Amino acid sequence: MARGGGELIREHMSGKFIIPREELMHPGHSACPGCGEPIAMRLLLKALGPRTVMNVPAGCCAVIPGVWPRYSLKIPLIDHAFECTGATSSGIRAALDAKGMNDITVVGWAGDGGTVDIGLQSLSGAIDRGTDFLYVMYDNEAYMNTGSQCSGSTPWGAWTTTTPGGNEISHRTGKKRILEMLVENGISYAATVNIAFPEDLIKRAQIAQSIRGPKFLHILSPCPSGWKMDPSKTVEVAKLATQTGMFPLYEYRDSQYQFTEEIKDRKPVEEYLRLQRRFRHLSPTQISEIQNLVDNRLRELDARMEASRK
Amino acid sequence: MIDALTANQAAAIAAKLARIEVAAVYPITPQTTISEMMAEMVSRGELDARFMLMESEHSAMSALIGASYVGARTFTATSSHGLALMHEVLMWASGVRRPIVMPVAARTIGGPWNIWGEHMDVITERDVGWMQFYCENNQEVLDTVLMAYKVSEDPSVMLPAMVVIDGFILTHTVDAVSVPEQHLVDEYLPSFNPDPVLNIDDPRRFGGLIMPDWWTEFRYRIALDMEGAKKRIQEADAEFGKIFGRNYGGLVENYRTDDADVVLVIAGSAAGTAKEVVDHLRDEGLRVGVARMRVFRPFPSEEIAELNSKDVIGVFDRSYTFGDGGAMFNEVRSAMHGSDNIIKNYVGGLGGRDVTAAHIEWIFRNMLDILDNGLDRKIEWVGLRDGSGRW
Amino acid sequence: MYETYRDLPPIQITTESTKGNQTGTWRTFRPVIDLDKCDRCYTCWIFCPDVSIIVEEEGDYPSIDLIHCKGCGICANDCGPGAITMEREPL
Ligand SMILES: Cc1ncc(C[n+]2csc(CCOP(=O)(O)OP(=O)(O)O)c2C)c(N)n1
Ligand code: SF4
Ligand code: SF4
Ligand SMILES: [Mg+2]
Repeated sequence: MARGGGELIREHMSGKFIIPREELMHPGHSACPGCGEPIAMRLLLKALGPRTVMNVPAGCCAVIPGVWPRYSLKIPLIDHAFECTGATSSGIRAALDAKGMNDITVVGWAGDGGTVDIGLQSLSGAIDRGTDFLYVMYDNEAYMNTGSQCSGSTPWGAWTTTTPGGNEISHRTGKKRILEMLVENGISYAATVNIAFPEDLIKRAQIAQSIRGPKFLHILSPCPSGWKMDPSKTVEVAKLATQTGMFPLYEYRDSQYQFTEEIKDRKPVEEYLRLQRRFRHLSPTQISEIQNLVDNRLRELDARMEASRK
Repeated sequence: MIDALTANQAAAIAAKLARIEVAAVYPITPQTTISEMMAEMVSRGELDARFMLMESEHSAMSALIGASYVGARTFTATSSHGLALMHEVLMWASGVRRPIVMPVAARTIGGPWNIWGEHMDVITERDVGWMQFYCENNQEVLDTVLMAYKVSEDPSVMLPAMVVIDGFILTHTVDAVSVPEQHLVDEYLPSFNPDPVLNIDDPRRFGGLIMPDWWTEFRYRIALDMEGAKKRIQEADAEFGKIFGRNYGGLVENYRTDDADVVLVIAGSAAGTAKEVVDHLRDEGLRVGVARMRVFRPFPSEEIAELNSKDVIGVFDRSYTFGDGGAMFNEVRSAMHGSDNIIKNYVGGLGGRDVTAAHIEWIFRNMLDILDNGLDRKIEWVGLRDGSGRW
Repeated sequence: MYETYRDLPPIQITTESTKGNQTGTWRTFRPVIDLDKCDRCYTCWIFCPDVSIIVEEEGDYPSIDLIHCKGCGICANDCGPGAITMEREPL
């Protein structure tokens, strides 16, 4: 298992940078304390370097970079409407190509609601157009900027202001399988990554950058306010998401699926759930239901990997 | 060179002459043939542009906003439901000052379904910060696309423009069009070099969050620059005349209005019919004229106010804003506020119904009747099957 | 820097960095590093969401940018040897 979270300490030499040193983010941005989004953004930019142009829709991602005339990133950034991240990336890429600026990485950076729900069409279109860009979905598992409403990426059973609990929770199927949907759409490369595994995140981002065509990264990005947890737990919770199988790390590359992080000694989901008060209302039966969902999902993923190798 | 072209062909050729660098297309009747012609020109190598097949009009406009920031001259065309779907990003385009030029094949918006021409789609978008040019014929479509780029990209304007083409009436009918030579177009329309532009070595954020402390000032700048665009349009029209030998009279084209007692304000292709009717009624000695509203945004308030001395003003709306009268009517009336002339609204030509010479003649005779007998009613739906036998 | 609408850039672009925002004022707990315990693994530097752990060169001990640190406590939570503690800011 690669180094994740506080475990970093046990393995590597002291006094060495294990991620790129170059800093493409300023302090003083507007994220809530302990937000996963700026961690994800900072790691991604370290991976991609300064010849990157980014576009962002509505969402916390539009608030975090700051209020005009101040700005927190050291790359050009274009803001746009909520549902058109893929389309705007296509346009930026087309114009860069028209101007002969082919060495620039174009990144569409959007939240989960902006991706799996309202932005799905334009992302699908960008893949179909073969736009050479990297689409990154930072997944905080709800519409957070509007105050924690359920999105198509909210896990089954989680409290949000529009899933306050009760009967309705059973009417949802849980997180949309966005990565698999995009693979079927024809994406060139896709991976799930996690801020708690920074070296892996950087590696996947750089692989994506090296491939031409549409690429996709799905980053788990805990939200202390929406997940109702202590802001100091952001990395710990993110790490548990992978260690419990709630958020498995895998990639799709060269027509094959593979795990990028083997989950040995998988921990029970309860360890993950109990750190977040968005799951506090769940009964023991509902928790074991979630455990079942995760077990099934991992079996399904295993089968998918097996099948893709044939 | 004189060619027999539909207005849609004229619009596509104008885009090519303007050397657009990025195009985004999505089909909708009666715009589709513009998109198809763009595709053909690119595939034949006649047009060196990045050509994007979009999955919706909303995406088409969003893609162009991105491309425009990088400094590319951009083009798309739409109509009707496509324009309505764009509504949100039309406001983005103007709000972040992208000088995108877009022909719109003016059409109904459902429901129920109707694919034919009227101005409801474009009138609905009158408040989104786009300039709006209404064309009378195919030649004017070609010329106006070029003029629109010239005005939109002017550093003092930096606002997008719609070039309104009456659905089917112009989009699908062939007319003689003089296609200007490329070197003359290049002389008229220099390449697009916006400042600021997206620069990888000087990273900035474009269009990010802005608080109440400065929002008003940025909006005021748009209001000022839209107002200033009036002068730029007149200049662009005059310069066009110098280079190409034809121009259109700026924002409003006055046709035999000098000594007219009654004047009809009208936009789009129906103005052509109206001018013919004026000639014919003038032969009878009737003092009638036409003010063709060529530009509706920015609103030509000074030009309209100059008609204050006319005793009766009719305003023809090819759309209806459900409320109290057509949009053009209400805006003309407010530009004439304080004058004591009579202003009447004529609504017609909806959903593909012809605006015939007989209709226009009825309108003029009605206005002359009002001149003698006073206003009969404020709003008249011309050609309405009301059983009155009036038309 | 801008006084009236006339001074504004023609289109709305940013002209400053967010460094001018003193987000340290949001803090209720302040991270304190005990350098004797620090292993220089730089976990805190890797995960700080606010770019507020400063390590200039490899080998340096981390220090904290208290102008910007929001006091989230991630650095303290994830520090392997427990070199960082969160101390209540005086009221
Ligand atoms: C068309 C449209 N509908 C709704 C909104 C309101 N809105 C703004 S941000 C947001 C939530 C974004 O959620 P997500 O994409 O998951 O990003 P997050 O805020 O969670 O980071 C919503 C619903 C909008 N801006 N545009
Ligand atoms: S609401 Fe959540 S995702 Fe948004 S800035 Fe705050 S912590 Fe981050
Ligand atoms: S408390 Fe949070 S913001 Fe402050 S230095 Fe530690 S990780 Fe960074
Ligand atoms: Mg979200």
